Amino acid sequence: MQELIMTYGIPLAIIVAKILAIMLPLTITVAFYTYAERKVIAAAQMRRGPNVVGPFGLLQPIADAVKLLFKETILPSKANIIVFLFAPILTFTLAMVAWAVIPVNEGWVIADINVGILYLFAISSLGVYGVIMSGWASNSKYPFLGALRSAAQMVSYEVSMGFVIVTVIICVGSFNLTDIVLAQKSVWFCIPLLPMFVVFFISALAETNRTPFDLPEGESELVGGYFTEYSSMTFALFFLGEYANMLLMCAMTTLLFLGGWLPPLDIAPFNWVPGIVWFLLKVGFLAFVFLWVRATLPRYRYDQLMRLGWKVFLPLSLFWVVATAGFLVYFDMVPNAG
Amino acid sequence: MQDLNGLLLGYLPIVIFLGIALGFATVMIVAAYLLAPQRPDSEKISAYECGFEAFDDARSRFDVRFYLVAILFIIFDLEVAFLFPWAVALGKIGMLGFWSMMLFLGLLTIGFVYEWKKGALDWE
Repeated sequence: MQELIMTYGIPLAIIVAKILAIMLPLTITVAFYTYAERKVIAAAQMRRGPNVVGPFGLLQPIADAVKLLFKETILPSKANIIVFLFAPILTFTLAMVAWAVIPVNEGWVIADINVGILYLFAISSLGVYGVIMSGWASNSKYPFLGALRSAAQMVSYEVSMGFVIVTVIICVGSFNLTDIVLAQKSVWFCIPLLPMFVVFFISALAETNRTPFDLPEGESELVGGYFTEYSSMTFALFFLGEYANMLLMCAMTTLLFLGGWLPPLDIAPFNWVPGIVWFLLKVGFLAFVFLWVRATLPRYRYDQLMRLGWKVFLPLSLFWVVATAGFLVYFDMVPNAG
Repeated sequence: MQDLNGLLLGYLPIVIFLGIALGFATVMIVAAYLLAPQRPDSEKISAYECGFEAFDDARSRFDVRFYLVAILFIIFDLEVAFLFPWAVALGKIGMLGFWSMMLFLGLLTIGFVYEWKKGALDWE
């Protein structure tokens, strides 16, 4: 018995502790990200934003969570209840498990699998199922239309995102996220691959249904999009999942293009700062840009959105894959040659 | 065999993470269901349609262009799926590997240009 605990129990406990060490701070960060969003937009519009609950309104997200917990869970009479309830659980779960492979510092990762970037790509692709399931199961017109729009938009931008990831893989020669970051020791990929960085970031906005691509939940035409019929915790899980996905996209952009935990210059005093601080600073900056974009830009029309995805980003990223591969092969700079 | 076990063990934390996240989400929904008073009535649980009675079934016909986007997506996502192993092995497969993929991409580009000219990418 003692032996059993020593061989299986302790490693298992360590894994669970690591998971909780990611999941709890993440959930709290997501809650405060919603607060940050309201404050940033308020500042952009010369308002005060939430300022009643706690100092500077800092307890607002907690008040919101408690309020949502004590609301009635509405199960629409025409809905398919099982799928209806499973959709928010799926969205939230996927937004969480993706973080298992994100290295926040060298070696600080729950599962350092050798296909990390493929895993991230797969998980973020699965996100569309939560949307489709909620829209279909609600059996109501607004969620249905919102889900259709959202799914078409997400798959459209996923293609160019895939090409961007391929471009980075060509420059690294590995799917492992730690390898991808370490390959940026000399120069961050956002400099040689600047157009791809821009394409990736804009696609990330579209993938997470953010302004200027927030048509799926354009409240002036579709009420709330695919989660119109949701209430209470089912709604809260969608909300948490969506914001966790935004932070995930920021983390992916940081790992692929902004050098992850690496300091901007490998000299003192920059390399005295621990890597996780750099990582959080970069993710925080990108998360702020998400909010900044929302406060600044108007919404796209649906045909403009499709045009941008299929006629601009797709050819551009495809061309860049070919150009990068051709450049590296011509100058004999392909990684792990031989 | 040992290698395979080691490889699979790397995925164990992900499986545990999946279990914890699923459990957490389910507990949240069940807790809200038990904590909050549930007083459904027929108006409250009917489908939302700006105050009207719902006109007809929500699962009606919708625009065929959504199918078209899905089909285009499958083609290009498969292309990406082929590119991944090629990209990671580019250093080892030499010029032959490089030019085979260029040929493949060239063929797909012809298809892409055809779709563009046919107007399959327009949303008008």
